[in-house]
Amino acid sequence: MPRARPEPVQVVKQRRDAALRALVEGVPYMRFLNISFDRRGDELTGVLNFDEKLIGNPFLPAIHGGVTAAFLEVTAVITLSWENLFSRIESGEIDAEDIATNRSIRFPKTIDFTVDYLRSGLPRDAYARAFVSRSGRRYASVRVEAWQDNHARPFAQSTGHFLMPQPAAAKD
Amino acid sequence: MADKTTLARQFIEAIPHARALGLALTKIGEGEAEITLPYNADLVGDPRTGVIHGGAVSTILDTCCGAAVMSHPSAPGGTATIDLRIDYMRAATPGQTITARANCYHITRNVAFVRATAMDEDKDKPVATATGSFTVEAK
Repeated sequence: MPRARPEPVQVVKQRRDAALRALVEGVPYMRFLNISFDRRGDELTGVLNFDEKLIGNPFLPAIHGGVTAAFLEVTAVITLSWENLFSRIESGEIDAEDIATNRSIRFPKTIDFTVDYLRSGLPRDAYARAFVSRSGRRYASVRVEAWQDNHARPFAQSTGHFLMPQPAAAKD
Repeated sequence: MADKTTLARQFIEAIPHARALGLALTKIGEGEAEITLPYNADLVGDPRTGVIHGGAVSTILDTCCGAAVMSHPSAPGGTATIDLRIDYMRAATPGQTITARANCYHITRNVAFVRATAMDEDKDKPVATATGSFTVEAK
């Protein structure tokens, strides 16, 4: 049997981008910090779009350490959710509409989060990428790095543990 | 030492991001600080529950730890976070103010060690705790 023709590129992009938008747009705190995500295939990069209200030290000036921590945590949670949901989005089991409305699709909960501050955050955009070290049925461990002008010179890195959303109890 | 408290309050409340969150310094001195974060729908992390995002809790804990370091009698000047670990015990109750208390329990010439707790109106069960190390900067 001949293999099925690959889907048209627009269909693939539309499906993935709509799902990602549904995941990100519902969260008021991400709008407050103006965090967005770039997607290349299944790989996500968090973008912290700079604004004066993110400043924590007006004398340097530098981005607030709490904003940096929040940015890394948001990137970890979205990346973890995305990796967790990606195969279900691709198979057509769930779509953007489900992500926005289905109450059983939830974010992982942060158990603990540790941030290393390597340099001060400059008053400009910042980027972050999360690496899921392990994702089990209940717990996940994630590492995140954030940089600005030069990816090889991160200004913060972190590791965190997360409690994965549990599927609703199976019905008999 | 009312002047020091007023000065510290003005200093914290002049931070652009602290102002954006509505942080208010309620106590300061001798290596201890207390800061409040009023409930704000813009800070919600999960619109289905209305619970404040953990990132906003991290920010109040970080700010409170920094204030505690600067208020320590042996801290000559400013400070910056070296490392901060947050443990999240439970979701903060929607609609309630979050209060962070920090204690700079040890300080050397170069490093300050701080612990902090974030509570909502239920004072028996913490929302989150933090432990961190901070730089000690010359005046």
